[in-house]
Amino acid sequence: MSSPKIWRQRIERYRLLGQKCKGCGKVYFPKRLVCPECGGRDFGEESMPETGKIVTYTTVYVGPKFMENDTPYVVAIIEFANGVRVTTQVVDVSPEEVSAGKEVKFVFRKLKDEGKTGVIVYGYKAQLV
Amino acid sequence: MREVGIIGVGMTRFKEHWDSSLRDLFVEAALKALDDAKVPMIDSIYVGSMSSGLFVEQEHIGPMFAEYLGVKNVPAIRVESACASGALAFRLGYIEVASGLSDIVLVSGVEKMTDCEDPTSALAAAADVECEAFFGATFPALYALIAKAHMDRYGTTREQLAAVSVKNHKNGLKNPDAQFQREISLDAVLNSVMIADPLTILQCSPISDGAAAIILGPLDMVRKMTDKVVKITGSGVATDTIALHSRKDVTSLDAVKLSAERAYKMANRKPKDINVCEVHDCFSIAELVTIEELGFVEKGKSGQFVVEGNTEIDGKIPINTSGGLKSKGHPVGATGIAQIIEIHKQLTGNAGERQVKDAKIGMAQNMGGTGASSVVHIMEVV
Ligand SMILES: [Zn+2]
Repeated sequence: MSSPKIWRQRIERYRLLGQKCKGCGKVYFPKRLVCPECGGRDFGEESMPETGKIVTYTTVYVGPKFMENDTPYVVAIIEFANGVRVTTQVVDVSPEEVSAGKEVKFVFRKLKDEGKTGVIVYGYKAQLV
Repeated sequence: MREVGIIGVGMTRFKEHWDSSLRDLFVEAALKALDDAKVPMIDSIYVGSMSSGLFVEQEHIGPMFAEYLGVKNVPAIRVESACASGALAFRLGYIEVASGLSDIVLVSGVEKMTDCEDPTSALAAAADVECEAFFGATFPALYALIAKAHMDRYGTTREQLAAVSVKNHKNGLKNPDAQFQREISLDAVLNSVMIADPLTILQCSPISDGAAAIILGPLDMVRKMTDKVVKITGSGVATDTIALHSRKDVTSLDAVKLSAERAYKMANRKPKDINVCEVHDCFSIAELVTIEELGFVEKGKSGQFVVEGNTEIDGKIPINTSGGLKSKGHPVGATGIAQIIEIHKQLTGNAGERQVKDAKIGMAQNMGGTGASSVVHIMEVV
């Protein structure tokens, strides 16, 4: 992890900002330079809705090192109300309460830190509504 | 393009090799292949490795391997496409021989995983690091997302998923190169430690060390040097989105389907022509979805197909006679080459107790990440 990288990612991680292709209207999150649908390179900024629904989910019992104190946790693919999909955790919930199709809202949460004196990284997670 | 065939093969056993380094493993496999092929020299080397950098902090392995193999100054190229690195190295070597630029090419794959403290994070680099792994989606978690969706849509059961591991361990028992040479029961699979629901640890391929190597040459030369001539008749590669969530349907692996279609077209073959097939069963669900995409069974019906015994060694289409990644082991970069070696053994009648009767046409499918890359080869006895 490095501070410039975290700063660069503030647009998607801290502001939930994506983009809309001016050629075909498809919405992307996070931003990219070329639209894979139409080849367009002109985009307008687009805010992601703060709600979505669960497409598929799993409960992770063995995580990577940086999350070994967080297991078990729920990871899901979530579809925003505008059709864009992301992968993130569903928090403040027990795994039995989660199922495909359930509505969620996005919340701002800590994701990881660089140790005692390093940068704390935040981003989006989801909560059942 | 020239026709290309296999002159010789060699691999280390897949296991935890506490006494061997990355370079030791490569050299052991390469020497076995060279001894098997009995060729005086090689024109170039391709080596597949997913992440020698993250696993043992060594990059620039092409020249290092050429030197340690004792073939100094030979062109040596490392190939990376995550877990599909091995089969992609095979394809590039195939193209080089087919083009006429080289005659004898060593294609290989290697991974040394057990020296690494956090292999789960290293493997997660094959997913979208910023958009998936960063949020805690491990590889088992991503395949669990596919499994859950497959269960929801098609009614695939936990027992059907577990049956894949049972079958693969049954085959691995008959493979002296396999990491785990023992049978496991359906109950043992279902009741083993949960990694990412519904995938238990006995549905996840292990952390392994190993290397595999193949010597390729023009077919007219292969005819003079081997008794049973195995020709590469189809080679297909395809890619898909790096993140699983960017795909329209998370129960499909489009790159697998496309890479297979390309290989079938080149070989002028259909799924029903294939006598034996190795597929990339990094997780139980991967084998189920893959046999659907390869056209062996209708979409959504793979679970029942496996339970009915169709993929056993004496079944309709034997899948993973080697034991697959689950039982044979999965030293990532070596896997794609080892799959092709298994098909070569089957086609040349050297598969011992796990021999498929009258195998003439074989297929190997190797994929990277959650199917962001897939490489398929078809080989035939000619
Ligand atoms: Zn567009």
